[in-house]
Amino acid sequence: MDDCHGAPTATLPQPPAAGKQHIVAIVGPPNSGKSTLFNRLTGLRQKVANFPGVTVEHRMGRARLDHHREIYLVDLPGVYSLHPRTEDEKVTHDVLAGTMEGLPKPDAVILILDSTNLSRHLSLAAPILGLGLPTLVVLNMADDLHGRGGEVDPAELSKQLGTPVALISASRGSGIEKITEFLSGATLQQLPRPPLVELPVLQNVPKIRDWAANIGRRTKYRAPAPPVWTRRLDGVFLHPVTGLVVFLLVIIGVFQTIFAGARPLMDAVQAAIEASGRWIEATMPDSPLRSLIVDGIWSGVGSVIVFLPQILLLFLFIGILEDSGYLARAALIADRTMAKIGLQGKSFIPLLSAYACAVPAIMAARTIENKRDRTATILIAPFMTCSARLPVYTLVIAAFIPEKPLLGIFFGTRAAALLGLYVIGFLAAIVTARLLKSTVLKSTRAPFVLEMPPYRWPTVQSLALRLIDRSRVFLRRAGTVILAVSVVLWVLSNLPLENGKAPEIGNSYAGMVGHAVEPVIQPLGFNWKIGIGLITSLAAREVIVGTLGTLYGIEGTSESMNLQSALRHELTPGGAAALLVFFAFAMQCMSTLAVVRRETGGWTWPVIQFVYMTLFAYVFSFAANRLISLWF
Amino acid sequence: MQAVVNKQQSHAHGGARSLTALKRGESGTLDRIDLPEDDAQRLMELGFLPGHSITRAHSAPGGDPRVFQVDGSEVALRRETAVHLILR
Ligand SMILES: Nc1nc2c(ncn2[C@@H]2O[C@H](COP(=O)(O)OP(=O)(O)O)[C@@H](O)[C@H]2O)c(=O)[nH]1
Ligand SMILES: [Mg+2]
Repeated sequence: MDDCHGAPTATLPQPPAAGKQHIVAIVGPPNSGKSTLFNRLTGLRQKVANFPGVTVEHRMGRARLDHHREIYLVDLPGVYSLHPRTEDEKVTHDVLAGTMEGLPKPDAVILILDSTNLSRHLSLAAPILGLGLPTLVVLNMADDLHGRGGEVDPAELSKQLGTPVALISASRGSGIEKITEFLSGATLQQLPRPPLVELPVLQNVPKIRDWAANIGRRTKYRAPAPPVWTRRLDGVFLHPVTGLVVFLLVIIGVFQTIFAGARPLMDAVQAAIEASGRWIEATMPDSPLRSLIVDGIWSGVGSVIVFLPQILLLFLFIGILEDSGYLARAALIADRTMAKIGLQGKSFIPLLSAYACAVPAIMAARTIENKRDRTATILIAPFMTCSARLPVYTLVIAAFIPEKPLLGIFFGTRAAALLGLYVIGFLAAIVTARLLKSTVLKSTRAPFVLEMPPYRWPTVQSLALRLIDRSRVFLRRAGTVILAVSVVLWVLSNLPLENGKAPEIGNSYAGMVGHAVEPVIQPLGFNWKIGIGLITSLAAREVIVGTLGTLYGIEGTSESMNLQSALRHELTPGGAAALLVFFAFAMQCMSTLAVVRRETGGWTWPVIQFVYMTLFAYVFSFAANRLISLWF
Repeated sequence: MQAVVNKQQSHAHGGARSLTALKRGESGTLDRIDLPEDDAQRLMELGFLPGHSITRAHSAPGGDPRVFQVDGSEVALRRETAVHLILR
């Protein structure tokens, strides 16, 4: 696990030395168990990598064989054929052909097929065996096959295909030794010869399918009985009434977990960060270094790490939904509604998650295979009202909107204002989605297809690995980008020195920047102090609360009554409305930009997104300022 | 296969039965896919092969998209796609 961390820039965990290390690619259709097998073979010795120029991710990992030898494994995107039509297929095709930049041609292939659906999955064997690489055909889900009365003869299939065949259960771990054996062979150069089987000459789908059926017949493959439990569960989960109820319960569950359930954990992390900050403050002598560590690094990085529990809980939820097979049903149910804004069912969960935080939501968009839909989902996700906006909303609403009951005691003016902010964020997302989907991201007419996998128990190992993986990605960013920005911000607000001491914030470089942007933001009703807040909150939205606290010379934000009255002096009602609208629409979040860059494979989309959202925010804040100023 | 039929007509006038005509639990045999080559290939890879039997299963609460059992697995298609899959 240690060397996996390596240099953060490395795409692969140490490039395998030529002639010594061997690379074996794991290939198979979606849901055949590639990742389960990969996880079992590599454990924690793996990492996500991106090929240069493509957004499809793959995993690289090291599998330890006997005698202290290791082999590199690559988990490739699931495909049904090697026709390079989608980006996933292109990546798999290019890696196997050895034309993928940054990865040498694999020495061997593990082709993993779902044995419960062999007649269809065998179709992939034809193009893969046709490559002439040493190939082990793995028939996975042996437990499920036998449990449902199916039968397959791996020895006979091996004869027919002219290549070794192993019947295994990746999730239970039975039969794994046959794979280790094959891999040992691969490292020892005792590779099985490329098969001499007669492959279908014309590689078109019906021909290949006939070939596969033929092989299946000759090896006396008996397909298993239909999955009874899946049918039964679908009777409930896709029922017009109970299906909707379950769907709503799941949504409420996700929402509740990431919103309320994560609260105690986040508070605990927050408390730990604050306590350790105070401890450093107490142990170190008063110096600029202490200030840098406590006010700069600790509070900056800490304000981001606080989101870790939320992110982990969300990914635990998504992991369970995805591995169990329910996610596909949820996508099916949501599809009709999402189609109305030009998106599709799979965009639903990421967008829902964005109400907690856009960062995990954008990572969750990986489940959308259609690249344009995925990009559109990523681009609109930050419009959803994430939890980082709440501190700003709460502060400004409390300062400017008197509480009056609207609907009894449960719904007053302040709740209405908050709800209104949620609604405008949602509307902005819809408008943007429609705009994108009718122009640059217009869907190719590629039909929407959604496979409904059988329901399965998620494995603890797979869930745990997901969480570890997400934490690594997240913490690495907190430790690099966010650390750097926190330090820069601290330096800007503490220089130039006045009489050898940190300056009044108004005279600091940050203050100068605030004064410099004042003319630009004045039409919105903001002064230079708000300007500084807007700039510091580029790091993360809620940072503005702390910044304003510092600017108004208030110790700690707990004295929020004082901050509220300070704000009332500083802002007109129009300016306050503009501030709320600005935060509803503007892309004030570095972490989101960083993750968008990562997920879209370049700076183009994050830059467009930043400019678009900022302009959007500017225009509507301006309008809000003018409108409200007319009334008050 | 039959003579070339105008795609628009074939489903607009109901001259040929498409997948959308299948009732829940009903099966039919696929005749052809009236979609561009690439899309047809993709559907065929998922099991929508001419000559194979297709059974209509559940659907989303509004009735669209619908799930079809093909070739040992279940795949959901939107109505807009299903009308281009013509039954025998
Ligand atoms: N019953 C059973 N389920 C399995 C087995 N291998 C994987 N699964 C499950 O099949 C689902 C898909 O597996 P995954 O590894 O994500 O497939 P991938 O899409 O090919 O990476 C997951 O829910 C796994 O837990 C197996 O041998 N038996
Ligand atoms: Mg996988």
